[in-house]
Amino acid sequence: MKALIETIVQPLVDYPEEVEVSVEETDEKIRYHLTVNENDVGKVIGKNGRIAKAIRTVVHAAGSDVQKKIFVDIM
Amino acid sequence: MREITASGQTVEEAKENALSQLGLSEDQVNVEIIDEGKKGLLGVFGSKRAYVKVQEKIDLVQVGKSYLEHVAHEMGIEVEVRPDNREDEISFELVGDKIGLLIGKRGQTLNALQYLTHLAVNKADENQYVTVVVDAENYRERRKETLYQLAEKLASKAVRTDQDVKIEPMPSFERKIIHTALQDHTDVSTHSEGKDPNRYVVIKPN
Repeated sequence: MKALIETIVQPLVDYPEEVEVSVEETDEKIRYHLTVNENDVGKVIGKNGRIAKAIRTVVHAAGSDVQKKIFVDIM
Repeated sequence: MREITASGQTVEEAKENALSQLGLSEDQVNVEIIDEGKKGLLGVFGSKRAYVKVQEKIDLVQVGKSYLEHVAHEMGIEVEVRPDNREDEISFELVGDKIGLLIGKRGQTLNALQYLTHLAVNKADENQYVTVVVDAENYRERRKETLYQLAEKLASKAVRTDQDVKIEPMPSFERKIIHTALQDHTDVSTHSEGKDPNRYVVIKPN
């Protein structure tokens, strides 16, 4: 799933090598934390959060067979 | 990406020289004129050659195809991506098993993939702009029929109750289908309210 987020995001930003995803997992939930270069933040959030929403939609679809709740935080 | 500078008596000739050296046609390249050149007196004195820089265009079809293949692969789904390139629009048809997972509820996953692919493709080359359509199992056409039926049903409701009817939020290309479906309807008018991604159509009885 970490690789999925990187695959989605890297082609959208100016500094793909600075795309980082960390994972925090507890019994009920998995939390992915995405960080990018500060100049790329707008490119992963988008106007009214439109890009962030699209990223989350794809991640949730991929994680639909996982029992835990999935969160994607974007710095 | 290949790029060369070529010269000629005129800009046109310089461009032709560059294209023949690259073995490409005009629609496959970006051309930048460096020097327009000068004819000079009697075509001899003071004449200056024309220079152009010709750069091979990034193949956006390939960019989009590979983006979708990689994303689907990381989602755990193997798909075949069939591209179709029309003027200013590239469409990608996803074919394979488990396609339902890529479409999602009311097409929301397909729409997310379409939007992300649109961003990736248009990010790849700032000199080109294209619209991207991602489709699977003829979903777009089926959705269009559903939206036409929904529009008719909700227009009747608006007329019957004499009240505005708000439709759930939709992306712009789906709102457009609703507007188009009801544009010739004499008893209602339509407009959109709210901000994307929560913008929605309102059907108003006349």
